[in-house]
Amino acid sequence: MSTGPSVATPVPTARRRRRGTKLQRRQTHLAWLLLLPALAVVALVAMYPLGKTVYQSFTDQEFLALQPTKWVGLQNYRDLWHDSLFRDSIWETIKFTVITVAFEFGLGLAIALVVNSNFKGRGVMRAVMLVPWAIPTVVAAQMWKWMLDDTFGVVNDLGVRLHILSHSRAWISDPSTALASVCAVDIWKTTPFVALLLLAGLQVIPQDLYEAARVDGASVLQQFWKITLPLLKPAILVTLIFRTLDALRVFDVFYVFFGNRTDTQTMAIYDQSTIVGDGHVGYGSAVSVAIFLIIAVFVVIYVSVNRLGEE
Amino acid sequence: MVGVVSLVALLVSLGIATAGTSKVEKAGAPAAMKAPPVPNAAAIKAKYGGQSITFVGDSVGGGHQRDTALASRFSKDTGIKVKVVPHPAASDASYSQLARAFSTHSSSIDVAMIDVVWPGAFAPFLVDLKPKLGAQAKIHSAGIIQSDTVGGKLVAMPWFGDFGMLYYRTDLLKKYGYSKPPTTWQQLFSMAKKIVAGEKSSNPNFSGFVFQGNAYEGLTCDALEWIASSGGGSFIDNGKVTIDNPKARAILDLFRKNIGVTTPRGVTSYQEGETHTAFIDGNAAFMRNWPYAYSLAQAKGSKVAGKFAVAPLPHGPGGHSVATVGGWQLAVSKYSKHQDAAIEFVRYMTSKAVEKFDTITNSNVPTIPSLANDPAVRKAAPYLNPATANAPRVTRPSTILGGKYNEGSKDIYQAINRILNGSSASSVLPGLKSQLERLVR
Repeated sequence: MSTGPSVATPVPTARRRRRGTKLQRRQTHLAWLLLLPALAVVALVAMYPLGKTVYQSFTDQEFLALQPTKWVGLQNYRDLWHDSLFRDSIWETIKFTVITVAFEFGLGLAIALVVNSNFKGRGVMRAVMLVPWAIPTVVAAQMWKWMLDDTFGVVNDLGVRLHILSHSRAWISDPSTALASVCAVDIWKTTPFVALLLLAGLQVIPQDLYEAARVDGASVLQQFWKITLPLLKPAILVTLIFRTLDALRVFDVFYVFFGNRTDTQTMAIYDQSTIVGDGHVGYGSAVSVAIFLIIAVFVVIYVSVNRLGEE
Repeated sequence: MVGVVSLVALLVSLGIATAGTSKVEKAGAPAAMKAPPVPNAAAIKAKYGGQSITFVGDSVGGGHQRDTALASRFSKDTGIKVKVVPHPAASDASYSQLARAFSTHSSSIDVAMIDVVWPGAFAPFLVDLKPKLGAQAKIHSAGIIQSDTVGGKLVAMPWFGDFGMLYYRTDLLKKYGYSKPPTTWQQLFSMAKKIVAGEKSSNPNFSGFVFQGNAYEGLTCDALEWIASSGGGSFIDNGKVTIDNPKARAILDLFRKNIGVTTPRGVTSYQEGETHTAFIDGNAAFMRNWPYAYSLAQAKGSKVAGKFAVAPLPHGPGGHSVATVGGWQLAVSKYSKHQDAAIEFVRYMTSKAVEKFDTITNSNVPTIPSLANDPAVRKAAPYLNPATANAPRVTRPSTILGGKYNEGSKDIYQAINRILNGSSASSVLPGLKSQLERLVR
């Protein structure tokens, strides 16, 4: 459209552009002014610590060190590349993330669909389902640690009484069930949150679409695949991003369940024990930067999937 | 609706919190004896009354109750306010807490309790107590004073000692035809096996032997006893890493094979609290623990009061019984704003009267040798009898590792925990050896 007449009418276009620019400039100016306080806060609480962590990762800073800190260049990153404990912790974290996000999403969607439908006591149901999520994670983890205990735990007691288990098992101590038990607790705790986010997405879908579909004779399954799922997509993406990033940073449940055990370390646990336990601030900062980059990769994947979906 | 949710959540978490407290604290013996008065209280009050200090104190067994009882007596007598903050129960976690505070030059801690293995690492951040407490130091065990003296400075005052010992159920040993506690680890496990076989039907939670198997500092102490008592050295000897040797492998594999057989499977996540809870609830025939558990097991509410005794820990083939040296000191932070008031508090807490009070009410080991002959102390603390208390001591490699001790100990307990959780000693110890060698160099 623009190619034809643009040659014939150059003057109005230019004038219009100039007018637009002036207004735009004024608006941009105002926008920056309004954003300034927010940017200052972000710089102070996010950029400064991040920048400092990156800086520290190039030094040999230690807790309780009596010698001054030295610049060591890329040495920490070279060591990190050969650090098998860190590699194991990445793998452990990814396993945890994939398992928990998949289960939380599946169960959360099912729960959201149920409490989105009309039934008696829906309000109470929506409140009650949030209880696990409302308990502080450390408290919930300690509670489950006792419930899963092999000598006095209620889970084993019930399992044995109901003949589901042949004998009492040490779910947390036994390496073969350790990851499963920690995943189960996270799924129990976070599914309500996922359901809540998805429920919010479900409630903005206009009801008349379903009415129209029913009139056209679409089955319930067809309604789900053709209406619910496509319109829920933005909520699903937000949910998955939230949960994945959270799961990759997981610390509290693992810390309560396993303490400093090496076979069940997540990236965050390894980082904490390097900095706080061993006092290697420099090396630990390199670990932090690596975790930041790994999480950034996941964000980029999600955002590009989202953009592909929109186009 | 939000109100309902938060109310429910609050109720649930309160329920959990109270359940937790009663589980861990139920055996805590209320002190029958009164906290001793502070000598020269009037003079101290005139100089420092009204100042307030923070004391990072004990959290294991009845330790916190003792600390608050003593601190409130001290405050009443001297007018110096003492805020008592219990430190994390795992001592490696409490090391990290202090390291963080010291490296940020924080004045939030005035007095801290310091593990016997830390003076070397923390010395630059602690006040020299010699000018003011040098005279009082003379009544304490010379060996401990020596380890609390770094570069000529007395950086901490001995508070109470600790050593590992074997608690055993006298009633069960008699029932199954044993006249003496086990002297070797093999014997312990075979006795435990027989007792478990007999008791399991009436008590499904029963297991033979409990100890500190979690991946934390306590496991370093326990494993040192197993290995040293089998003639396998003490991790690092004469500057060389000795951990990977056949005797160490044999004893560690023996323990691994007994996990879940004569011990609870979950023992690999037990710290002191879980250990004494199992014993006090009557769910174990044998327990490795420190002396503090003695008063808990004798207290009202314990199911084993009057049914247990203590002995030196067993040993491996060809070895002899040993006990890991533990123990706690009190130190004053260099960054404290009320150092003089803090030193007066340490003077009181490490006095003979307070150590006697602590030994009798809380079954700790006095660091003042003359107290061991006090009849009231001997009556309350039978573990101070020479047969148990004089087992040769072994020390964790804190001198050689210095500031890297915490990291070295972490390598040790993580590796041992991996063995207990099922990996063979021969697959884990070579890696541990090279980790420790990196730190020793």
